Amino acid sequence: MRKFMPSLIFFSFLLLLWEYIVKAFQIDKFILPPPSAIFEALINSSLLLLEHSKYTALEAFIGFSLAVFAGMVLAMIISLITAVKKTLYPLVIVSQTVPIMAVAPLLIIWFGYGLLPKVMVVALVCFFPITVSLVEGLEKVDADVIRLLQAMGANKFQVFIKVQLPAALPSLFSGLKISATYSIMAAVIAEWLGASRGLGIYLTRSMHSFQTEQVFAVIIVISGLSLAFVALVEGAGRMLMPWYYKKHSVADQK
Amino acid sequence: MSVLSGEVHLRIEELSKEYMIKSKQGYAYQRLPTLENISLEVSRGEFVSIIGPSGCGKSTLFNIISGLEKPDAGKVFLQGRDITGLRGKVAYMLQKDLLLPWRSILDNCILALELQNVTRSKARQQAMDMLRELNLGDFSANYPAQLSGGMRQRVSFVRTMLAGKEVLLLDEPFGALDAYTKSEMHDWLTDSFQKYRPTVLFITHDIEEAILLSDRIYVLTPRPAAIRLQIGVDLPHPRTRDLLVRESFVDIKRVLLKELFN
Ligand SMILES: Nc1ncnc2c1ncn2[C@@H]1O[C@H](COP(=O)(O)OP(=O)(O)O)[C@@H](O)[C@H]1O
Ligand SMILES: [Mg+2]
Repeated sequence: MRKFMPSLIFFSFLLLLWEYIVKAFQIDKFILPPPSAIFEALINSSLLLLEHSKYTALEAFIGFSLAVFAGMVLAMIISLITAVKKTLYPLVIVSQTVPIMAVAPLLIIWFGYGLLPKVMVVALVCFFPITVSLVEGLEKVDADVIRLLQAMGANKFQVFIKVQLPAALPSLFSGLKISATYSIMAAVIAEWLGASRGLGIYLTRSMHSFQTEQVFAVIIVISGLSLAFVALVEGAGRMLMPWYYKKHSVADQK
Repeated sequence: MSVLSGEVHLRIEELSKEYMIKSKQGYAYQRLPTLENISLEVSRGEFVSIIGPSGCGKSTLFNIISGLEKPDAGKVFLQGRDITGLRGKVAYMLQKDLLLPWRSILDNCILALELQNVTRSKARQQAMDMLRELNLGDFSANYPAQLSGGMRQRVSFVRTMLAGKEVLLLDEPFGALDAYTKSEMHDWLTDSFQKYRPTVLFITHDIEEAILLSDRIYVLTPRPAAIRLQIGVDLPHPRTRDLLVRESFVDIKRVLLKELFN
């Protein structure tokens, strides 16, 4: 906690400055509400925010889980089968030049306004960092370690399970963290295009009714959700790779 | 003190190996003769060193014995049985410790046993016994990153010995260690081998190390490696560092230096 102290103090200072400037220059609340008004909106509409958050979080979670599953399976196939790597991997990378947000309207046309198109947008956004980070993790394993296992009589499958997969975990988790960060945002943007519930729709409604302090409140909730999601992934990483964090804590002490 | 039964444990018969490498332009292939008609023998419990200039083909020889690569000609026999091209018959240890960072020291040691489908609890018991016997028991729950280079190399030894093979191939295991750590390792290794008496084939480019540790030494020629000389080391055990200035030691060293650098 102590290492965040300077940032916290600085942030509080910024808030105070913001509050002061808005009051001193009498800036319209519709242009820039003071932090106190945003805080008030956050408290007053907390139940409503919670209700909408549930849907957005659900979409993000399902989409993210789908992406984890599909991304990992694809990465394993790519790294195990050379032919797939040669044909599919370049396509996967090129596919990233297609802006997914521009594809989202198509998904709405095809799949309607329900949960499915949002989940798909999230999955499409999250899928790429996961695939690439796992493929790279699986490939960068020390060739001598593989030779060592082969000399012990290990087959390809055993090498994969005992060496490649665990060695790729740190890399996979950095991809998972990036995806987790994007997931809430992707769900929100998908909701903009048409939804009846969710933070994205609440955001646009607040905007249209000129409740700028509500917009800020939603932004705070979105950041909070994203942070919580990343923290969850980080926690899972610490559970799965205690060795990784121990090593780094040892190095930090030096 | 070398109590050898005289039984030939590992025999290598007229091994030859040639690599094909791309020429600089990358169009044509070029032949790279690496091993030329190598024959050697190691008796049960014997410690035999191989020294030769760097790049002459020493590691290639081990890759063939361990089954990682196939020779163009020649055979490898273990207790008279042809094991050419077969993996998992001997234990192979490389210069880098190659410990898996996500496994505890104990679980690193049982890697080979695991691949042989020994149950985990049984393998751990066996590994713990050996770690304790060799004064490494206190580290069993640590991760490799928490140990020094010398300690990690000891663990790598234990893992190699726990593979349950009677023949150990050690490829420059001390090449990356500083002089002080290295001589500590020599004492530790000598002690360990007194306890377990494996058959050892040991690659090094350190002449003094070879004389201190070995019963016998093979000297290889520059690439393509062929056997240039074979010399028995008839020095009393235990061999301590004050031997380094003894005349009998220096005599052997002189012969090896002459063979290696002429
Ligand atoms: N897989 C390979 N393909 C082509 N050339 C190789 C291969 N492995 C080793 N060589 C070459 O064979 C020679 C002997 O290598 P090596 O056995 O590693 O020597 P060292 O005696 O230093 O252990 C070197 O010139 C090396 O470049
Ligand atoms: Mg070598």
